[in-house]
Amino acid sequence: MIPLLGIPPQALFGQLLIGLINGSFYALLSLGLAVIFGLLNIINFTHGAQYMMGAFAAWFLLQYAGLGYWWALIVAPIVVGIVGIVLERTMLKRLYQLDHLYGLLLTFGLALIIQGLFRNQYGSSGLPYAIPSQLAGGQNLGFMFLPNYRAWVIGFSLAVCLGTWFVIERTRLGSYLRAATENPTLVQAFGINVPRMITLTYGFGVALAALAGVMAAPIYQVNPLMGSDLIVVVFAVVVIGGMGSIMGSIITGFGLGVIEGLTKVFYPEASNTVIFVIMALVLLVKPAGLFGRTQ
Amino acid sequence: MARVRQRHQAVAFAVMVLFFVLAPFGVYPVFLMKALCFGLFACAFNLLIGYVGLLSFGHAAYLGSAGYVAAHAAKVWGWPPEAAIAAGVVTAAILGLLIGVIAIRRQGIYFAMTTLALAQMIFFFCVQAPFTHGEDGIQGVPRGRLFGLLDLNQTFTLYFVVLAIFLIGFLVIYRAIHSPFGQVLKAIRENQPRALSLGYKADQYKLIAFVLSTALVGLAGSTKALVFQLASLTDVHWTMSGEVVLMTLLGGLGTVFGPVVGAFIVIALENYLAQLGAWVTVVQGAIFVVCVLTFRRGVVGELARLLGKPL
Repeated sequence: MIPLLGIPPQALFGQLLIGLINGSFYALLSLGLAVIFGLLNIINFTHGAQYMMGAFAAWFLLQYAGLGYWWALIVAPIVVGIVGIVLERTMLKRLYQLDHLYGLLLTFGLALIIQGLFRNQYGSSGLPYAIPSQLAGGQNLGFMFLPNYRAWVIGFSLAVCLGTWFVIERTRLGSYLRAATENPTLVQAFGINVPRMITLTYGFGVALAALAGVMAAPIYQVNPLMGSDLIVVVFAVVVIGGMGSIMGSIITGFGLGVIEGLTKVFYPEASNTVIFVIMALVLLVKPAGLFGRTQ
Repeated sequence: MARVRQRHQAVAFAVMVLFFVLAPFGVYPVFLMKALCFGLFACAFNLLIGYVGLLSFGHAAYLGSAGYVAAHAAKVWGWPPEAAIAAGVVTAAILGLLIGVIAIRRQGIYFAMTTLALAQMIFFFCVQAPFTHGEDGIQGVPRGRLFGLLDLNQTFTLYFVVLAIFLIGFLVIYRAIHSPFGQVLKAIRENQPRALSLGYKADQYKLIAFVLSTALVGLAGSTKALVFQLASLTDVHWTMSGEVVLMTLLGGLGTVFGPVVGAFIVIALENYLAQLGAWVTVVQGAIFVVCVLTFRRGVVGELARLLGKPL
């Protein structure tokens, strides 16, 4: 194999793969944040904790109920989604009349509580979670080795993202949702139960985070703090993409993951900061974000 | 009206000064100095959220960087304390200017996310830069002699110097809030389009307030580095940004004395709960939730409501 710009291709494609994996999680998480923000006008700071709860739910299911990865993929998002719905019904709904900042502060407090409780119980060293046996092993593509599980994560999250996009942009349910984002009072006047729609939307956004958590469990281990730094990066992704567009969140998520991966190859010192630098540049050139609309 | 406000706020100010002058004779001075540093930190943060309506979720970046620069100047370059503190203040102000220019382009919730993300960038810079010594931090920072006269290794001397620094910062903020400049800031907070239509350049006002706030945070951070003879990653991490929000919220957003009270309570709590490990985060989170749901005015805000006077 010929080295490309002095970089061995194995390293290049390896990092590209990691970039796509991270990008999958960025896309799923920023998608959830965007859907929630669209209807609730709340930035869900608990999102990182809910991602972590998804991973823990998968671990609990395996440990105490003997249910494996495939069950976790269905059950964990539902359970964590229901927890989210309870939070919305009991706490978040009291804040809709107030400044948006209070929603941020409340969800930040909830994130601290959840992460603190999990850390008390499980420490911060991380619990292992095995790759499902059907997806063990990998393919030799000639220029690189592609583990099956990673290919699955990328493919499945892309499918979930596109499915979400389809539901919101192309179905009747989605059109209600978009209408309620524009003008909830008017939609309610047409006889649609907007408060219930808000609750379910929050549950759905949270479930997306939990789903990402389940998928992340075999790759990053299950750790109480796995979501706490990730959420800051996802915020940057959201600022770069602008929260106006569903497709925008997906493209920005995957794109930034890849850019981060490439930075690890060509200039590793900057790999932690590259997304924030891009955010600063985007804000200077296009303050509303790449896909955002100016209010 | 203005006179009445000034009179009872003057009384409250006198009570606060009297408390801090007498306190070190009964309470552990190092704890008080910590509370004073964080009190100034929270007051400077409150200048933005309480009076301009800007929630900066990245204020730890200025606290920590100023601490690093002050510690480095005092230890490696051998600067006297006043010069080290000045260096920290200037660093924080420059960072605030750079970040402010970018972040002010977005409003509301996006402003909070932007400041958080840019602060995280500074955190990673501090993790990697050699002069910060990574996880170890800068340890054993010499306190030196202030203006060549006051030996800061004497605890009581140090305490009253810290108190003086705190009071200077506090009065600068008080002056800013009650000046015509402060009135414009409040106008922008209440209704930015209207302030714009009256001819006020909202972005410039916001930027000046932002830089003023970060410079004062730098003052708190540099002083803290000299008091504890340490500059570490804890002060740059975004959990610290969350902590200052907590202090201000608990004390009372947009009250003059609230952040000081809030900082005092939070620092005291942390002292008592220190051996409980991760429970501290749980308690902090619970305070956040309770404050947001039922106690949005904060301690001083509620007190002011009972008295019927702004504090």
